[in-house]
Amino acid sequence: MNLPLAAMVLIAVALCGANTACEGEEHRTVENVPYASPLEVLFSPDGARLYVLCQGSDEIRVLDAASYAVTAKIAVGHIPRGFSLSPDGATLFVTNTWDDTLSVIDTKALKVTATWPVGAEPSSVVEDRAGTRLFVANRISNDVVVLDAATGVEEKRLLAGRGSSYLTLSPDGSRIYATHVYPNPDAQRTGIENRTPPESEITVIDAGRAVVVDRMPLHHIAGVFHVAFSSDGRLGVVAEYHPKNMIPLAHLEHGGAFEDTITVFGADVGGTVEVPLDELERYVSQPFGVAISPDKSRIYVTSGGSETVTVIDVPRLMRFIHAHPAPFVQDLSASANYVVARIAVGLNPRGLTLTRDGRTLLVANRLDDSISVIDTRTNQVKTTVKLEGPKTISAIRHGEQTFYTARYSFQGEIGCANCHIDSTFDGITWNLEPDGFGRNIVDNKLLEGVKDTEPYKWTGTNPNIPTECGPRTEKYFWRSENYDNLTLADLTIYLRSLDPRPSRWKLAGYQLTPAQERGKALFERAVDKFKKTIPELNRCAYCHSGPKGTNQKLFDVGTHKANDNAGLLKSAPLTSIALTAPYLHDGSARTLEEIWTVYNPDDKHGRTNDLTKDELNDLIEYLRTR
Amino acid sequence: MKKLCTLVLLLVAGTVVMAAPAPGNVTRTSALPKMPRFRFENFTTANGLPNDHVYAVLVDGNRIWAGTDNGLAVYENHAWKTYTTKDGLAHRAVISLALDKNTGDVWAGTMGGLSRISGGRIDSFTQLNSGLSNDVVYGVSVEGENVWVATAAGACRLNLHSNQWSLYNERNTPMFEIWSYSVSATPTKVYYGIWGSGVLEYDQKTGKWDKYDDPDGETEMVLFKDQGLIHEIVTSVSYVDNVLWAATYFGDSHYDGRYWHNFLKKDSGLPSNFTNVVKGVDAKRAWFGTDKGLAYYDGVNWAVYTPSLKDGKPEMTVRDADGTVTPVAVTTAPAHNYILNIDFQGDDIWVATAKGLSHGIREKQ
Repeated sequence: MNLPLAAMVLIAVALCGANTACEGEEHRTVENVPYASPLEVLFSPDGARLYVLCQGSDEIRVLDAASYAVTAKIAVGHIPRGFSLSPDGATLFVTNTWDDTLSVIDTKALKVTATWPVGAEPSSVVEDRAGTRLFVANRISNDVVVLDAATGVEEKRLLAGRGSSYLTLSPDGSRIYATHVYPNPDAQRTGIENRTPPESEITVIDAGRAVVVDRMPLHHIAGVFHVAFSSDGRLGVVAEYHPKNMIPLAHLEHGGAFEDTITVFGADVGGTVEVPLDELERYVSQPFGVAISPDKSRIYVTSGGSETVTVIDVPRLMRFIHAHPAPFVQDLSASANYVVARIAVGLNPRGLTLTRDGRTLLVANRLDDSISVIDTRTNQVKTTVKLEGPKTISAIRHGEQTFYTARYSFQGEIGCANCHIDSTFDGITWNLEPDGFGRNIVDNKLLEGVKDTEPYKWTGTNPNIPTECGPRTEKYFWRSENYDNLTLADLTIYLRSLDPRPSRWKLAGYQLTPAQERGKALFERAVDKFKKTIPELNRCAYCHSGPKGTNQKLFDVGTHKANDNAGLLKSAPLTSIALTAPYLHDGSARTLEEIWTVYNPDDKHGRTNDLTKDELNDLIEYLRTR
Repeated sequence: MKKLCTLVLLLVAGTVVMAAPAPGNVTRTSALPKMPRFRFENFTTANGLPNDHVYAVLVDGNRIWAGTDNGLAVYENHAWKTYTTKDGLAHRAVISLALDKNTGDVWAGTMGGLSRISGGRIDSFTQLNSGLSNDVVYGVSVEGENVWVATAAGACRLNLHSNQWSLYNERNTPMFEIWSYSVSATPTKVYYGIWGSGVLEYDQKTGKWDKYDDPDGETEMVLFKDQGLIHEIVTSVSYVDNVLWAATYFGDSHYDGRYWHNFLKKDSGLPSNFTNVVKGVDAKRAWFGTDKGLAYYDGVNWAVYTPSLKDGKPEMTVRDADGTVTPVAVTTAPAHNYILNIDFQGDDIWVATAKGLSHGIREKQ
């Protein structure tokens, strides 16, 4: 049953009743209000300006670095994610994720002088030292595109990790380090479920030749974010998620679901070493931004779900990792050897930057439109700069804050965003407790477009989002604290507000290519190639009907595995299906092709075994437009 | 009647060529043509190769990639490293290789799919997990954002920007047989050598296909030698300087877009008509890998490099424009007479053979 937003709010307000937490909050607007949502911060080379990337308001704000007064606002493309300055500071480059463009800003005039097309969902950009090439990480096309820095003309695309997102130039300018937010595809099939620990990488690009020269493996990692280097280039650090998806998600104690880690590397380390940020009974969920102080004495790491900055003493960390045999990641007591402070900041802290003298650290708090200004000598927040924006918190904003925070879970280990990175998915499969240990392996699904696709869970046992995200989540994930009714309603409203990203496989004007047209005809066909009528339940377009590609009913499509409990499977939505591998309820199909080449021997998941390989390719080309 | 006369003339001409002096029985009246000479260094399992059956070789700057029967080996800094299926390689038998000169990525066609080697990471595409038409990948070539693939079930193209696979076969090209053996892609044309269906040409500008067949049909006779492709069973194509070189099991062809010129053992310096590979240097010069040795054609003269088929001793012969064959004293030869693949490294040559990989180091003359 679909509930209009207004009705949802009314119900939530009614349920709120005597709950004091709701007082004064029941009149939140359900409109999507454009908050600034600062994601990244950056000083000009002379330290006089602070550039703030405001993802929610599609702009760059320029602040006086002394007074933090806003001196300019520069409109850029839709949902910017990354930015960087040219080596001379004369140009600011901004990636716009929904437009697939790069904004080029003249920092003297503070105006956009060019907007260049780049790859799909550009997320980060750096220019080489010579100022001849730009490198842009593209999250959807999984690559780093190389552009002529003067003209924006594309030179080449380098294969990066899946969900390519963040780039860092080494201090000597010789290398670019690229990270990615989704784990790389499994290299090999491992059995009927294809379950393997996630594998990620830091892609190392030779900046001079613009070729990939190395891929530093990050084992068991799914979600890799910013990289930072010491000024001498001898120490690198990357923030990352370490999910425990290969074991049943039975409890959160002792890092049972996630660990929050950094990997340090470089000459000082002599390899790559993963170390935990968490403590035995307290977690710093969703590490994202990293910085190393100019004197290499401290590493700072933001944790978006825990609303903290972790401060690491570098000499102590080095002594620890050189004195003890790795691995350290299973030992949550290890962090006591090198973590010297946890600094509470605003909601969903993300990007951070240090002043040139290293005495001040600035942190962008995305979900409360503020910047925390931290004195690095005392590890105290000196001041919090509030950015201009709406004065009230909308229901959607409150829901988003709820989505990202880890405060509801036991010891603050996880938030929704741990498995739904940037409100999407994580590309891995999980074994959740309620269905039994080792039973019902579940592929984590995309949240965009989730509105009006109930029931939820692949068994269809959750009739609506409040059930999915309320009791189920509270009992089996958080295990510590429940949402009050208004918070659950706002979380629901937020999830229902998540629109699908634009399809990168559709032509302008939504015309289909010839291959897509042929695939669409196959998708909609009612007669097979032997001129036999295909039963209704065996037609793609019957189960995957409607704008989101689901008729919201349950079926047996022959994909049950021996470790699945009995029952039918919900017809999965097709929203952005090109992006969301692996597939099927348990993620056993690594690619769209495998749904039919491996897991449809009896034509129960649609009549497809009469198709030639060309035709199956056409069908997939059409599906990729959904 | 005209055809009959032509046939008689050709047969007579063939007899004349076949009557040319055999190696060792020469009386030279002119200077020996200057043909490249090499010192061959051979690699086998004895010095680092994972297997002696080397199907493909690829020069990548200072790195040499060798596709063997048991893994993909790379030679760098005087040491071999081998990638196997444990590293993600689609299959242990690597039968074709191509370099994406833009990105440095290497593409390996195997008996079980297509693998991309990029910065040490291997991603593999198969007929089950991707749009690849067939797992047996005989040929691969990279041009711009497209990877062109020759498989046992047709040709296909992977667009690296859109990840779209386009399949080409008997349903949408003039390809009668779908056993695609070789591909050579350039910015203007893409050529496929089809085992039993001649040469296919794809025009990059128009997106249209054309076809070149043996005018003598599928017979093994050569009635009209230079009127078209020498034979339908095409094993290798190489397009360079707007000239197509095509190898077949029954001789080789050169096509400049207007005229065909064919080579047979009986009237050229080819050591055998059974040719596994041809690689053009330019419009005039090419290297041929046959079952009876490695051959070089400079536009006029021929040179053949092989271990003797009789006693295995190194041999080199030079055949001049007059058809005079002169043996040249050499101390090294390719690892085996059965040549499967060729690539160039400056003036040096790398040769994949049935019994090892050979590095021909060019000698100063």
